[in-house]
Amino acid sequence: MEKVAIIGVAQTKYEQNKPETFAELVYDVTRRALEDAGITKDEVDNVVSVSSDFWDGRTISSMAIQDSACAYGKDITTVEGDGTFGCLYGMMRILSGSFGVTIVCAHHKGTESNMNGITNCAFDPLVERKLGIDAVSSAALQARRYMTKYALKEEQFALVSVKNHGNAMRNPLALFPMEITVEDVMNSRKIADPLKLLDCSPVTDGAAAIVLAAERQAKKLSTRKKRVWLLGVGHCTDAFRLGDRDLADTRALKAAAKRAYSMAGITDPLKEIDVAEVYDAFSYMEPLWLEGLGFCDDGKGCEYLERGYFNFDGRLPVNPSGGRLSAHPVQVAGLAELAECVLQIRGEAGDRQVGEVNVALAHGINGMCGQSHCVWILGR
Amino acid sequence: MSDWKKDVEVLVHQGKISVPYSWTVGSTLSRWYCELRDNGKIWANRCPGCGTVFVPPKAKCIHCYLEPHDWVELPGTGTVETYTVVHYEEPALHPRKAPFIYGLIKMDGADTCLLHFIDEIEPEKVKVGMRVEAVLAEEREGNILDIRHFRPLG
Repeated sequence: MEKVAIIGVAQTKYEQNKPETFAELVYDVTRRALEDAGITKDEVDNVVSVSSDFWDGRTISSMAIQDSACAYGKDITTVEGDGTFGCLYGMMRILSGSFGVTIVCAHHKGTESNMNGITNCAFDPLVERKLGIDAVSSAALQARRYMTKYALKEEQFALVSVKNHGNAMRNPLALFPMEITVEDVMNSRKIADPLKLLDCSPVTDGAAAIVLAAERQAKKLSTRKKRVWLLGVGHCTDAFRLGDRDLADTRALKAAAKRAYSMAGITDPLKEIDVAEVYDAFSYMEPLWLEGLGFCDDGKGCEYLERGYFNFDGRLPVNPSGGRLSAHPVQVAGLAELAECVLQIRGEAGDRQVGEVNVALAHGINGMCGQSHCVWILGR
Repeated sequence: MSDWKKDVEVLVHQGKISVPYSWTVGSTLSRWYCELRDNGKIWANRCPGCGTVFVPPKAKCIHCYLEPHDWVELPGTGTVETYTVVHYEEPALHPRKAPFIYGLIKMDGADTCLLHFIDEIEPEKVKVGMRVEAVLAEEREGNILDIRHFRPLG
């Protein structure tokens, strides 16, 4: 199989109530990602956008941004899911042999709408939707199940929020850089017990874009310094209905990680991976997903966190960008993670550079309580 | 960014999308809701392959991909597997005012959990592992709110 590289990346600053339209945000990041790759729009023949019609408030949402994504006179297709899945589709279209240089762009303006109303619509209208459940209240059910299964404490989850908001202090793109304490998290407003305000990610506006190219083109078009290879990918989906799953069981993530590691030739993730961006839509998710990714045994994520393993200067820095807890542009988030991993590998992550990075991991989720997972391994 | 952008008064237009749908409930869930509405009974269905008992019933087993066509009546009792006390108001979505409680109830006689409200108890007294029973609505219409909520058993 031919190798595929990310040869350009760009992100907006993540903010609430951004004054730009979707199309303006997409134009900004697409143009800058092309600049970063050192190519022009004429060299692109494949555009994958990542968006959701419900979040955008318009159907066939990719059509409205196609010219901004440099798809005018070309082909554009859309992934309705996290940006990590958009990258997967972009890579697959390249590997099909039908397409060349590819733009994957994602946009989100959640602050223009109502998150609870939109995520409620992800539930079965014939059963759970009528109960009013949404992403936050279902996550609260998962948080408590996780606490119960492994005798964890809310204070341990709070530590994730402290770490990631602290990391965001080094990231000029993050929405909420904050120096906070476990006490601050514990005393923040109750949202859905056991989740408090500071356990929840803020819905954030923003956009991100990456440029993908297969090996031959990548080597022709870009410099060695800019090229970051997609070494491995895995994806897997769990049951749709919450009641059909054990919400503290990460079987889908384990399967996704196993495939990504096997493709990238990784046998000891904690030893071989230098930095990870994982999908912390809520504080408790970070340790839960780190367990599923095999960085520690089931139920031990919080213990490793307390021992500093996942700190900025720890054995495996996790979410040095500040994570989704510090800025959560839904669906853009996974693409932003990929862009962050690229910057870390290139050594261009500025104040948030964790040191020398050879191998990075980006993890995205789709669906309620991490129904679906996509794991990427990137490297030099 | 060009300089003129700093001086623009950026406008915001209000909008709302309202589109009606008529979703068929399908044969499996229709049978479930009709039993609930007409006879006040909670049923489940069992996979002939792995024996998993699903409630609400499913049109196919998530494990075996077979039709779970054996129907079993449940006693309507169960155990709280997890719960949350919701503290925020969302009047357009929530059928009741906050604070209220959602629970995933592991139903006796089934292998899956049913999502529903837990009520008739102080929020701070709810516990994982607590035994609960379904309270049915008096006027039933053939939907999930025909179960009003679950309450502590006994």
